[in-house]
Formats: sequence, structure tokens, C-alpha cells
Amino acid sequence: MEKVFTRPNSLKDIPMHYCPGCTHGIIHRLVAEAIDELDVVDRAIGVAPVGCSVFTYQYFDFDMYQGSHGRAPAVATGIKRVVPDGVVFTYQGDGDLAAIGTAEIVHAAARGEKITVIFVNNAIYAMTGGQMAPTTLMGQKTTTTPFGREANSNGFPIRMSEMLSTLDGASYVSRVSVHDPKNINKAKKSIKKAFEMQIAGAGFTMVEVLSSCPTNWGMSPKEAVKWVESDMIPYYPLGEFKVPSEV
Amino acid sequence: MAKILMKGNEAIGEGAVRAGCRYFFGYPITPQSELPHYLAKRLPEADGVYLQSESETSAINMVYGAAGAGARVMTSSSGPGISLMQEGISYIAGAELPCVIVNMMRGGPGLGNIAPAQSDYLQAVKGGGHGDYRVICFAPASVQEIIDFMKDAFELADKYFNPVMLLADGILGQMMEPVELGEEETVQIPDRAWAANGMRGREKKNIINSLYIVPEDMEVHNHKLTKKYAEITENEQRWEEYRVEDAEMVLVAFGTSARIAKAVVDRARDEGLRVGLIRPILVWPFPVKAFEKVIPHAEQFLTVEMNMGQMVEDVRLAVAGRRPVHFTGRPGGMLPVASDVFQEVKKLMSGGAK
Amino acid sequence: MARVTFREERCKGCELCTAVCPKDLLAMSKHINAMGFHPATITDMEQCNGCATCARMCPDLVIEVEKEGKKVG
Repeated sequence: MEKVFTRPNSLKDIPMHYCPGCTHGIIHRLVAEAIDELDVVDRAIGVAPVGCSVFTYQYFDFDMYQGSHGRAPAVATGIKRVVPDGVVFTYQGDGDLAAIGTAEIVHAAARGEKITVIFVNNAIYAMTGGQMAPTTLMGQKTTTTPFGREANSNGFPIRMSEMLSTLDGASYVSRVSVHDPKNINKAKKSIKKAFEMQIAGAGFTMVEVLSSCPTNWGMSPKEAVKWVESDMIPYYPLGEFKVPSEV
Repeated sequence: MAKILMKGNEAIGEGAVRAGCRYFFGYPITPQSELPHYLAKRLPEADGVYLQSESETSAINMVYGAAGAGARVMTSSSGPGISLMQEGISYIAGAELPCVIVNMMRGGPGLGNIAPAQSDYLQAVKGGGHGDYRVICFAPASVQEIIDFMKDAFELADKYFNPVMLLADGILGQMMEPVELGEEETVQIPDRAWAANGMRGREKKNIINSLYIVPEDMEVHNHKLTKKYAEITENEQRWEEYRVEDAEMVLVAFGTSARIAKAVVDRARDEGLRVGLIRPILVWPFPVKAFEKVIPHAEQFLTVEMNMGQMVEDVRLAVAGRRPVHFTGRPGGMLPVASDVFQEVKKLMSGGAK
Repeated sequence: MARVTFREERCKGCELCTAVCPKDLLAMSKHINAMGFHPATITDMEQCNGCATCARMCPDLVIEVEKEGKKVG
């Protein structure tokens, strides 16, 4: 018998700290599979953010950084400028990328920095206890919007992929989801495509991945992935927002 | 080799390139602008990278990334920008990465002004950001020293895996002085086996990190850093002594203030007063050894600063209550005037505060 | 002919795998693992065709799938 599914080599064989049913683990696996399949583990360099995925540097089995909150695109810029043949990526959550790190992500994209950004959007600050995120949906209850997010005092959620795709420096921007196996396969293709483009010398590439947070959403893991489909995707439509003209 | 005229800010740039620095990340701010202007031209010539970041916060995080990847790298700013960099400097200190940070000080607090001052001494020598750390800190007093110290700064950063700051003021940045550049040498950068620049056959991955989530581990790391800081304090104290051999009054000043204080010493000596100067060349570690040497004959100390009294705290710690320590200074871009300082010296020496 | 193996000690009992099996072959065990979760298991190995859908959904890489005459991937 031959293995049809097994752990990718570049993901360490250690337990991950994520809550039951948190889809960070799936996204980690997809990144590691892409790195393995493209045979770039020897020049892969990742930057972990602050947030739930802060320990990402322990899980990937290649050179890693832990960066300060929101600054991963700046850290990755420094790395890529020193190691131009590196396959450099950041792994960032929505609070990290779309609130405190807005300047860094916008300018990394505007510069056409040759890095790949894996942007995990679960519409909440999870590590710190379920506070409202820049991507929290209208009406969504969080620990800091106990009556639901409303426009008057909380404003509106940000669609980062749509925003960033308007920048000339962005080469590839897509939004995918990992709420079911079919979408997981699509997410994998998109992540691999982003890395392939970076390797080919393209500018800024980003894949936004809609992810679930059963713990802070107050749902079972099964309910949570359904909520991604029923509530998140209508506001955050899936698809490729920026593709290179020659592709 | 013939001397050439150079601005202090440009000298930092040339000194850095000659020290093997090939990466600069920074955000515009006065009064250090000539440095990025210089490097924007000079680094591409040397196959290096000059990158103007979107903020000082980003600049220092680019430095973190580049330093972790093994580069000799620097950034530069002035007070308000250095404040924004503190988060990143703390990360760099925690992750133990080598880099050089220039602070061309101006008046503060707040937006303050763009005039030369020594307003950031305490921020520079007491860590500056969050957590328990120290930054090695050079305080040049001439354009020639700037050139010479850049090499030392990068070497100390490498030796101790620690950020190194060059703390100067707008006068040093803007003024032109003749400097001897010497031959451009080939720089040997120490092996970077620890760098996270891609495994490339390396057996184990490298991690650049300042997170120690387990308290026991954080404590071990803090102890390791503290041991390193103690070693730096023991080995790297640097100062200049000027006419202190028999001095009853010892002035203490760094950078531009030290140039003024030196003139005061000469004038006092001309009038037969036994006055000398201790000029810290590194302000962290602070040269406490210099004070032990003069304590037997020094009756009192007077620090001269371009602020409202910052280094005077370290002088008092070094003197440890054994002698009176006085302060005179002017903030906000106003310079201490030699004749005023001399009057203060005369007043103190005539018995005012013994 | 396929074989699905579960690393029980890594399973956090999230049940996502049970929801996606096209043949509805997965269920949660009655017993608990060292972490205190009911780990996932397969109810009828004979029926499994090794599609690996469960493994792709698992966030914790608990599931490994083998199949007669198939390459990894």
C-alpha cells in the first residue's frame, strides 16, 4: 500500500497549540505542502506574527522569524532584500495585518516587495480573548462588541484583498477559504501559485484565507465552518482579485 | 592621505560603508537628512540596498529582518523617530541581533524642534524600549570620530550580538570638519552560521526570536543577557581624559558639550585653576572606571549637557555620594556658552558648594 | 483497498473529519485520549476507498491514508 496522504516534510511532527477545530492547522499544512512540492525548503524563510499563530516559527521546519505585531511585512522586506533568492513569506492574522500592521502591508504591496503574505482572516482577535477585529462582521458579537458590531461606534469591516489589489505593486491577490475539502484544495492551489510567482520574480503576492475560530465565536467546530460559508463569504467573496496580465 | 572636508551626517554614511554595511532602511527626519541622501547614492555604488521605509517603525523592523538574515545593517533617525523605533530595538536586543542605529538628537519632548540637543541621553542608555535590555552607545565629538567609530560600532554589535547606537546631535551632523578617511579596507564580517537566510543544506533550522513564553525560559534568557551586559560593562568602557591628573574640579560632558567643556578647561587652566574633563566616548557602558581614577584628587564634579540634566544621574551613580556633583546645561537647541560654564566653575571652586 | 490510521493522541475531537467523509464512515470513539478528547475513528475500514477527504479537513494532521497502487500526493 502506498501513502496517499501524509504530513508534509516541512511541517514539524509536533502537536500544534491551536484549539480544537481551529483551521490554522489546515493552513499551516497547505503552506508546508506548497513549499515541499516546489522544492524550496532550503531557501524558504517565514515570518510569524503576534496573535494565535505566534508559534508558527516552531511548526515550520525551515528558517523562521518571529516578528512584532503587524510588522511582519517590514521584517520580510529586510530579509528579502538581503536574500533575494529566498522564498520569503509572512503568516499574519487579521488584527496583525488589517489593524496594527496596515501601514506595513500597504507599503510592502505598494513597493511590489517580492514576498508572499498568507493572511488568515477569522474576523476576531483570538489570542487575546475574542475582541472585535478590523474584519469583524456587522452584527457579530465579540467580547468588545457584546451587542454586536454596529456602524455608528465601530465602523465597518475592511476587505483587505480588494484594497490591496488596487495597488500597482501587487502581482497576485486572492481570497480563499478552508471551510470544506473542496475549498481547501482551491486554497492550496492559490497558495502554491503565489509562491510560484514569487519564485518567478513577481512582485507582492497575497492569499487571504478565511478561517474559523470556534472558541471565540462560541460555536462548535462544525458550526464554525458553516458560519464561514453562510456569513463570512457573502461579505468576503472568494476569488482572485489581482492576477498578472500574462497569466 | 590628504584630509577632506565632510559633514558629520555624510561621514556616518561613508564610515558605515567602509565598515562593510550594505543595507540601510530609514524614514526622513531632520536633522539627519544628509545621511540618507548620502547613502541613497553611495550604497547602490557598493552593491548595497538603500530603502526608504513608510515609517521608523517599519525601518527598524526591516533592520530586524536584514540583521537576522546576516547583513551588516543600519538605520538612522532623530528623537521622535527613535521613539517609534523602540519596539523594534527591544526585539533586536531580545533576539540578540547586531545592527547600528544612529540618533542625531534634537530638542524635545514631543515634536520639540529640529535644533541640536542631547535630549535623548536617558532613552539611549537605559534601554529605551520595553523589557530588560541595554544598547551599546557611542557618543562621538568630532567628524573624524564618527568615521572611526562606525567601524567600532559594527564590530561591537557583532562581538556582543547587540544593537549599537551612535548618539550625536544636530551640530555634529551638520558641521563640516577635515577628516582622514584612510585606505578603504576589505571588511571581514564574522561567520553568520546563526542567520535565518534559508537552510541551504544546513541540518537544523535557524530561528530569530525574542519570545520565551515559559517563565523559566524567559528568566534564563534575562540572566544570559544580564551576564552579557556585565561583560560589556567590564570590557568596553571608553572615555577621554583631558587635563585631569591633578584636577580639583572635573567636568563631565559628551559629544558637542564636551567640545565646549574642553574650552572651559583650557581657560580655567590659563587662570591657574585645576580643572579637567572626563568625556565618555561610550555613554553605555558608562565609564565608571574613569571616576575611580580621579576621585582621590577631585573635590567636585560638574556635568555639562545640552539638556536639563540627564547624564548627571549616571555621574552621581559613579561618584556614589563621595563628592558633590553639579549640573549646568541648556536645552532645546540652545548651547551652553563657554564663558557661562566658566563662571559656574569659578563660583563652585571659590567655595560655593563644597 | 485502503487503510486510514489515526494518531489518536493528537486528535482534539473537533469532529470536522466526521462531517466530510463522503461515505459517512467516521465517528468519535467512546474512550478519551490523554488530552481528554474523544478521538476520531473509522467505523468500517472495508468501505473506505482512501479518498483522504477526512485527512485534508483535519487541522491537526491526525489522519494518514494509504491506498493500494497509489502514489503520494
